[in-house]
Amino acid sequence: MAEMILKKSDLAEFVKSLLNDYQVLAPVKEDQKVNFAPVEDGEFLLDFQNTFSSPKHLFFPQSEKMFEFSTDRADEGACILKEAGKKTPPRVVFGIRPCDAKAFQVLDKIFRNDQYSDPYWFGKREATVLIGLGCNHPCPTCFCTSVNCGPFHEEGLDVLAVDLGDGLLLKPLTEKGLKVFKQAKGLKPADDQAGEKAAVLKSEAEKAITSKVFTDQIAQRAVMELFEAAHWERVHESCLNCGTCTYVCPTCHCFDIQDEVAGAVGDRVRNWDTCMSWLFTMHGSGHNPRPGRKERVRQRFMHKFKYIPLKRDGEIGCVGCGRCINLCPVNIDVRDVVRNMNA
Amino acid sequence: MQNPYQPYPVRIDKIIVETEDKNLRTFRLVFLNPEDEKAFNYTPGQFAELSLAGYGEIPIGIASSPTEKGYLLFTVNKVGSVTSALHNMKEGDLMGVRGPLGNSYPLKELEGRNVVIIAGGFAVTTLRSTITWMLDPAHRDKYGKIIFIYGARTPGMLLYEEEWSAWQKRDDIDAYITVDREFPGWNGMVGFVPAVTEQVGPSPENSSALVCGPPIMIKFTQPVLEKLGFSEEQIIMSLENRMKCGIGICGRCNVGPEYVCKDGPVFTLAQLNQLPKEY
Amino acid sequence: METRTEKIRETAKRLLSEGKVDLVIGYRAGTIPLRTAPYFARTVEEAENLIWNSHCRINLANFLPRRKDRVAVTAKGCDARNIVNHIIENQIRRDQVYIIGVPCEGMVELDLVLEKEGRPIQEVIESNGKLTLKGRDFSTSLDRAEVLRQNCLTCAHRNPTVYDELVVDQVAELEGVDRYVDLKELLAQSDAERYAYFQNLVKDCIRCYACRDACPLCYCHVCFVDETMPQWLGKSIDPPDVMTYHLLRAFHCTGRCTDCGACEAACPMNIKVRQFTRLLEKDVKELYGYEAGLSLEAKPPLTVYRPDDPQEFIK
Repeated sequence: MAEMILKKSDLAEFVKSLLNDYQVLAPVKEDQKVNFAPVEDGEFLLDFQNTFSSPKHLFFPQSEKMFEFSTDRADEGACILKEAGKKTPPRVVFGIRPCDAKAFQVLDKIFRNDQYSDPYWFGKREATVLIGLGCNHPCPTCFCTSVNCGPFHEEGLDVLAVDLGDGLLLKPLTEKGLKVFKQAKGLKPADDQAGEKAAVLKSEAEKAITSKVFTDQIAQRAVMELFEAAHWERVHESCLNCGTCTYVCPTCHCFDIQDEVAGAVGDRVRNWDTCMSWLFTMHGSGHNPRPGRKERVRQRFMHKFKYIPLKRDGEIGCVGCGRCINLCPVNIDVRDVVRNMNA
Repeated sequence: MQNPYQPYPVRIDKIIVETEDKNLRTFRLVFLNPEDEKAFNYTPGQFAELSLAGYGEIPIGIASSPTEKGYLLFTVNKVGSVTSALHNMKEGDLMGVRGPLGNSYPLKELEGRNVVIIAGGFAVTTLRSTITWMLDPAHRDKYGKIIFIYGARTPGMLLYEEEWSAWQKRDDIDAYITVDREFPGWNGMVGFVPAVTEQVGPSPENSSALVCGPPIMIKFTQPVLEKLGFSEEQIIMSLENRMKCGIGICGRCNVGPEYVCKDGPVFTLAQLNQLPKEY
Repeated sequence: METRTEKIRETAKRLLSEGKVDLVIGYRAGTIPLRTAPYFARTVEEAENLIWNSHCRINLANFLPRRKDRVAVTAKGCDARNIVNHIIENQIRRDQVYIIGVPCEGMVELDLVLEKEGRPIQEVIESNGKLTLKGRDFSTSLDRAEVLRQNCLTCAHRNPTVYDELVVDQVAELEGVDRYVDLKELLAQSDAERYAYFQNLVKDCIRCYACRDACPLCYCHVCFVDETMPQWLGKSIDPPDVMTYHLLRAFHCTGRCTDCGACEAACPMNIKVRQFTRLLEKDVKELYGYEAGLSLEAKPPLTVYRPDDPQEFIK
């Protein structure tokens, strides 16, 4: 199916036509921060930089119930775990930035390996249609073009929307995207001019990204050579090991599994966890393989820029969204670290 | 498709207190559902996550061999909150087992070779599985000479006395059991495992060494093996690390790019020398 | 501000070249506008990177506990009080620290600037009390005074009280400021309303612990949230657990907090966590007449017992 135009004045009609079969989520402003929330009309943002925290919580909530159980010994089924969690209803998420969509793609390769597949992640992924919004004006801290991504990148999206001014040019990319197209109202066929305008916006956006890092040397060097480099001695000095970077990052995925009990019933829950915490690798015996800040800070960058590419066909564990740069309380800049790794 | 985070329900069939300080117990577990037992196809060297609802999970090496039908054996050291809860359980209690997880000892590659098995302390658990499997009549003639060196601090801390006493009497395995120091009533070998290994002096000719033990034992045993002529590829080790998911997803047990729970826990020394020592 | 930067560099170079300290802990310019980063200068060349501006929000006393070397630290009023706290609490010895006191006229609140200017900012120039913000197709300016941090507007000790040298002359302390005006309104509400206020305050908390990790007071080897046998509270974002964390941390800071605001500066979700500690700071001031970190001799009231301690609250 060809590309379609959705005029901004028809946004409400578009959304309403989907509400029968899908929940629709779009960027709205809550308390000064932009986040995805359910909408029922066209009242949402198209003019924003990016959401405050990454949208990975759409598929990987910060706290998620995995199983339920009873601890009452009298109960025959006690101590046997029953799968919990509501099934995710079909939903359309509008306004995902290409960097965040690319991150979902990277995480797809992590939540599924050659033997196991994470049903909690994929259950939500299968139920969701992602309509991305190209970045006409990337942020000063974006460096997506350096990490296999870009302001109009299509990987991970079902539809790509480009803001032409008075309307959006929508390009279907997958079967799921096409299904939404067939059902939605308010779409009109696009002409060649629209396509040309979008192409110009794309190349201007890519030119506007001035932040660049190179990862070619990192890809060539052996793990131990990168691991034993001298610059790690200085990077960690100011790090607070607070975990902010890991929580706002769209590709960070490490989690903890805990059992929580209240009386005679309990849940097995998974929560986001962070390699910045000393508890992350602590053995019961008291031995800690990553005892200090240096080891933990080094681990995060090595994992994202060396180990993930090694294990996942060259995918880099960073999409250049810049959230960690903006939110790190001590201004540890990932771009500087990568430059040192690549030097 | 089976949810990989969901454990199979099992019943504790028997609890054996292994050591004099009572901190090590072996649990014999029986599956509640026969189809779960069929699905649980494991090989020596693998581990499973033992699941206690309300407390959590712990990754423990499987001590039984697949040749032992109808049950699984796990020897657990009491260290933290989950292991303490497990030690408080009784025969007949229900719990969960998730697995089998991890890779196993390269038994296929070891065929036709001599095998030296060196164990220290309670790291001997998966090696019990391996030796039981290799000594089984169906498999014994696939392997050459088998040497077993096992040491603990005191005689009371040695695990699996029934098994190794029987092995000492056999002639298709050379079993050397040692304790760190002289002990009243102990008539066996005395000496640290690295020293005993040097004494026994296994030949590296067409041999592989499986080494499992506390870091200090590994630190001193490795040079002994190297001096004897064992190469990095001939030395095989099993790692431990803090784990949660056990299936190579949650990112906790990584050593460099490798997940100990999925790409390991068995690695050759050659592989480990290319990786950061974060274990 | 320029003078302070020059003087700090001079002092740092002098101390390093004379071998009086192994290390000078200060700030360097951020890689993006409106930020600075803690900087550890070990040589005279590196000391040239030290700066001082309106964005020195992180409390450098945070990097002192358990150090074995001799360090100099650039410290504004609140930071210097935290250094005193560390000395009183035996986290570092007085002879290990050279306090480079920097009289402070307040730091800018990043979120206020970003609230007033929502477009991406590419450059910021500060001079004569004005911040000029430049971005793609725009240039605006703000008065520094309109975007200062809350704790700076009500600061009681802009000048360090304990120091080894001051880089510039002392600045005038603020007069006639009531630090607790908004808290008094809060305290006039019912218990239920107050509880609802605090629940709403932390609804966005993601348990990243940036507040704890930026706080100089939080230096325990094993924080109560990390204990496992027993585990005191859950690690999810379940509201009772989130509230427990913030309440307990605030109580652990009672009588020690200098209201430096590093916690709020570090919080990625813009939560005003100082509301927890300020209520307790007010109580300590009113009950014991004590403010943290003003002198090396005074002991925090919750660590000593005096027979005349107020006790009407013991029923």
